[in-house]
Amino acid sequence: MVADFASLQSLLATKEIIICCGSGGVGKTSIAASIALGATKHVGGRVLVITVDPARRLASALGLGELGNVPRRIDIGAVDSDDPGCHGELWAVMLDTKQSWDDLVMRHAPDEATAFRILDNRLYHSLTARFVQSHDYIAMERLYELHESGHYDLIVVDTPPTRNALDFLDAPKRMAEFFRGRLLRWLTLPYRVGGRRGTRLIEAASRPFYQVADRLLGSRFLHEIAEFFLNFQTMYDGFVERSVSVERLVADHRTSFVVVSTLENSPLREAELFTAELRKRGVHVGAMILNKTLPGYLLDADGATVAKQLLEDSDGLASLVAPGDDRTARVMRTIAQSYQNFAIVAAREAELRAGLSRESHLTIGVPARAADISDLDGLGWISVHLFDNGSVA
Amino acid sequence: MVEHSASIFDRRLLVVTGKGGVGKSTVAASLALLAARRGKRVLLVEVDAKGNLADAFEHRQVGYTPVEVHPGVLVMTLDTEKSLREYMHINLKIPIFGHLSPLARALEFVATAAPGVKEILTIGKVLWDVREIVEGRSEFDLVIMDAAASGHVVAQLGAADSIRALVDVGPVRAQTEWMVELLSDPAITAVNVVTTPEEMPVAETVDVIARLRAETAVPLGCVIVNRVLPELFTTHDELAFESLNQPSGRESLVEHVGSGSIAVLDAARLAVALRRSRAEHLGELRADVDLPCLYLPYLFTRSFGLRVTRLLADALDEEIA
Repeated sequence: MVADFASLQSLLATKEIIICCGSGGVGKTSIAASIALGATKHVGGRVLVITVDPARRLASALGLGELGNVPRRIDIGAVDSDDPGCHGELWAVMLDTKQSWDDLVMRHAPDEATAFRILDNRLYHSLTARFVQSHDYIAMERLYELHESGHYDLIVVDTPPTRNALDFLDAPKRMAEFFRGRLLRWLTLPYRVGGRRGTRLIEAASRPFYQVADRLLGSRFLHEIAEFFLNFQTMYDGFVERSVSVERLVADHRTSFVVVSTLENSPLREAELFTAELRKRGVHVGAMILNKTLPGYLLDADGATVAKQLLEDSDGLASLVAPGDDRTARVMRTIAQSYQNFAIVAAREAELRAGLSRESHLTIGVPARAADISDLDGLGWISVHLFDNGSVA
Repeated sequence: MVEHSASIFDRRLLVVTGKGGVGKSTVAASLALLAARRGKRVLLVEVDAKGNLADAFEHRQVGYTPVEVHPGVLVMTLDTEKSLREYMHINLKIPIFGHLSPLARALEFVATAAPGVKEILTIGKVLWDVREIVEGRSEFDLVIMDAAASGHVVAQLGAADSIRALVDVGPVRAQTEWMVELLSDPAITAVNVVTTPEEMPVAETVDVIARLRAETAVPLGCVIVNRVLPELFTTHDELAFESLNQPSGRESLVEHVGSGSIAVLDAARLAVALRRSRAEHLGELRADVDLPCLYLPYLFTRSFGLRVTRLLADALDEEIA
């Protein structure tokens, strides 16, 4: 099977949304920002990157301070492109979960009083501020909103850290199911339906649930939950409609996923599982980015020979290369040993990469960089590798 | 440091957290291995349900029932539904049903809707085992908890307090009292943060330590710095390396040893640069964190599994001793 896109450039030129996903620590944020930066140079147009949790220095380099929830244009300086007509604008927005939820409630609540009742509820605070799943939903929601605005030609999304990357994908659906769910009906029923008929209904439908929940949590807490969701349910139509739209957008041909991984066992295993799952759902996977890979020269046969020679005859070779310097032999042994050490890791990476060759999408390696990715230069460095280094595996 | 070192395995609960990707589970496994070597019987609990903690012992996946994956080390994977079932049976005297499906759905709802419920079941199960040890009823000496990643661990460890703030009555509230007591006792519990000497992991370590101090009463143990690269040269030798790296030195090496010299020199240059940027982050860590740090080397190994777990346990042993 052949990848449907031969380069990142051609992928970005035909898509409107790129969603970067992968397990924690693989460098998703830098990759997403570099893809966006590269897109302004190689494709052009107005490009927005939605980041979730950037490193502080990178965030400030991108001009994302405290007021991050509104997209800002980033000064990328003079764009040097081969095509003088091809240069775009880079925009960035940092996701503020709490703020986004508040906005959402204000938008969907039937009236201001209900909105404020929701915003003031203790459960609402705990739910939105502390729980990981709420990030997933809100990231999707913001993506939809920003895409709908029509301001951007391309949106690149850095997904929030989740235990399971699929949580992100399922978030809109789960939110809709949650609202439709029988359990929510059970829970809010006593407060919605007055009179004897209502009471009987509860007894028939949800007695076991109430017994357990009441014994575990006490009735006051249950009442509080119910009250909260009763208010929250007034936003039902808005939420369900929205989550259906968000879901449709993700599966749309204008959207593509970029899976980011390092060449290490567990991130790669997760990346492969995720890719397979995306495919199963008919979602487009455009590329796999292998980040922080060791350079290919570590697998160089000549390098291995030299390392071996240096270890075997450091004294003799040192007297030829730097006669009279008693440190050189020791340095030679050290660098030879270090080469052999890193070659082991490079070989391990190569083996993992070879195991990926069954995958049919575009696979791009980005080498390890000693310096942190903390500014536009660093992002530019990554984007050079992303856009010049593509190979179809 | 001395006091801490002497007592780390005398605690009853070692919580291990850290940013995703730093090797948290591997470190938790090597801590368990080392404790077992020192004669402890260890229950190693995986709470993130990835089910691959047993990989570190080259053992097949393990479920809710603890399995001895290595002499003295028993691994179990937490499962919220089973924790709930056990919890209800033990604490609320609710009989265990054969079929849990409607309840499982109720649970999923409550866990989603009510903040802290899922967390309390997780930490509650772990602390139940700890209490059994403290009260001398357990086959174990020590529980090591491969906890949630640092983004989520504060909610996990603070769950008992959250529940107390929300739930006024009922057995769940009553249950939180002893949990908070065990969790905040420095003779019993220590939370350890695994990191690597890189920008984001160090920043997240500093952050999670501050949050744990501000939002919970759990005692902190140490920071375990994983994947520390070796220092290649002394300052004296580095000058000799620099001169080998000059164009004349490179040419001379190519001439006398072979064309592969360039790769060897470039690799050394990369190793030096990587080590240097990581040393900076180690400096930041030491400046911002006042906990003892244990250092584990970057392992240049062909594969992962029991051998790596053993090597890290050796390194931990040296660091602790």
